[in-house]
Amino acid sequence: MSRKERIAEAILTVVGLSSVAVLALIIFFIFREGAPFFAEVGLADFLGSTRWSPGKGHFGILPMIAGSFFVTLGALVVGVPLGLGCALYLSEFAPKRTAAVLKPLVEILAGIPSVVFGFIGLTVIVPLIRDHLGGPGFSVLASSLVLGVMILPTMVSITYDALRAVPQAYREGMLAVGADKWQTVTSVVLPAARSGILAAGILSMGRAVGETMAVIMVAGNATIIPTSLLDPVRTLTSNIALEMGYASGLHRQALFATGVVLFVVIGALNILARSFVRNRVR
Amino acid sequence: MARDAGRGESHGRGAPGRPKKRSGVLGVALVRASAALAVAILVFIVGYIMLRGARLMTPRFLFGSPEKMGREGGIFPSIVGTVVLTLSSVAVAAPLGIGTAIFLTEYTREGLFSRIVRFGTESLAGIPSIIFGLFGFLFFVIRLGMGWSILSGSLTLAAMMLPTIVRTSEEALRSVPDIYKETAYALGASRWQTVTSVVLPAAMPGIITGVILAMGRAIGETAAVIFTAGSSLRLPKSIFDSVRTLPVHFYILAREGISFENAYGTAAVLITAVLLVNLAAYYVLYRVSKRRAGGI
Repeated sequence: MSRKERIAEAILTVVGLSSVAVLALIIFFIFREGAPFFAEVGLADFLGSTRWSPGKGHFGILPMIAGSFFVTLGALVVGVPLGLGCALYLSEFAPKRTAAVLKPLVEILAGIPSVVFGFIGLTVIVPLIRDHLGGPGFSVLASSLVLGVMILPTMVSITYDALRAVPQAYREGMLAVGADKWQTVTSVVLPAARSGILAAGILSMGRAVGETMAVIMVAGNATIIPTSLLDPVRTLTSNIALEMGYASGLHRQALFATGVVLFVVIGALNILARSFVRNRVR
Repeated sequence: MARDAGRGESHGRGAPGRPKKRSGVLGVALVRASAALAVAILVFIVGYIMLRGARLMTPRFLFGSPEKMGREGGIFPSIVGTVVLTLSSVAVAAPLGIGTAIFLTEYTREGLFSRIVRFGTESLAGIPSIIFGLFGFLFFVIRLGMGWSILSGSLTLAAMMLPTIVRTSEEALRSVPDIYKETAYALGASRWQTVTSVVLPAAMPGIITGVILAMGRAIGETAAVIFTAGSSLRLPKSIFDSVRTLPVHFYILAREGISFENAYGTAAVLITAVLLVNLAAYYVLYRVSKRRAGGI
């Protein structure tokens, strides 16, 4: 090997490690900043208490954990069926030309900035809920609707890939024995693609848990555990973004500790999704 | 897979010979409706913002300086800030991302090392932007002493767009037919020569499309940028200055209720930028697929 070759290979190897290095740095810095807080306040008080008032030294994030949970669940209820239907249409029912136009449109939806989604939620959905269903409008429901639309592109594109990965022979076999298209889809294509669809759902869940700016604008951000769809909520992500600007000392550490919790949740979801995808490949 | 199919069949609705038409009709209608709804939502979002904001996109708004915290005046510093921030983050992320993709496709076999690299990339892709914001704040802004600046913001954004660029570049590189490489090797070309003179040029359109799409995401990013690039309304003079990007400006205008009027205007500029960037990406891809179909 010439010298140039060896230099190229060495550089590419180092570059190849860049994303691993970034990941390691992120984990190191977030955990290092959050860890002292766990030592000082204790995990039980942090995760189990419902009282968040940093000024008085109360750092319970249970309302935010509940908030993230409800809002994510709501987003899945809205986004998963819609995304699944969309992907099914694109992959199984749409004429080729229609699909060629529709797919980029869904990808454009992914490019719309989250603040724009939040703004539409703020100016359209929140007033609608306030006027017709009651409550402040800033609510679990508003957040779920906005997030449900925001996870759509993730849900559609991963489900679409999973559906396309089902061998054509499966479909042809069903059609050959006289099944119609719908039967083929429900009895062969969907079952064959189900681990990929599950992965799509889990990754969409990760998107919903991690979304910040759009949720802040429509959730109301009260630090209470919501008891109805119309109650305001605060999510883990919002908790960080809302108070990071002025927090200091233990309060700031508490926000980084919130980041650690968020990180662990997202990490678990990603590993779960990966295990489903791997099963499919096998 | 085969087992899945078998099980699916035993659950199948009725004998395949007699299609149950009614459930099918309803099902297909629902599937169609969800696709139509998704498109309708996109049209609504774009239409809603453009109808209210497009008339504000005057030269005075686009090239003017903000006055009274953005209540009046234009958004020129934010446009400059967004462009500079986006371009500098691409300048950092593109070489790293494309390099990683070349390494994965041409320089290593599937093994422990490539699995680690892939794990890193995929994990990075799942991390929410607010976490990138926290990290960028701790590492670039404070630890490395870069302060709230274009530099901190673009390095944070670069870390965020890295996985997208790696994934799309890898796909583009893998779609280059093996015969190209084999021919190059047969002619006695070295690996690096093959990569630079055969593989990269053939994969370039796909790579460019990926980079442009990553740029589109970066333009609209808010949570990661607000904690790293800050929110200064002044026109930046160097990469060490703080900027307030368009989405951050828009967020502050809307959330603090400073001016919904100017918020609509800013959003219209933002949406236009995102649409143009996406259009550019598809144009590159479209031209290539056309050339491929006719040429090679």
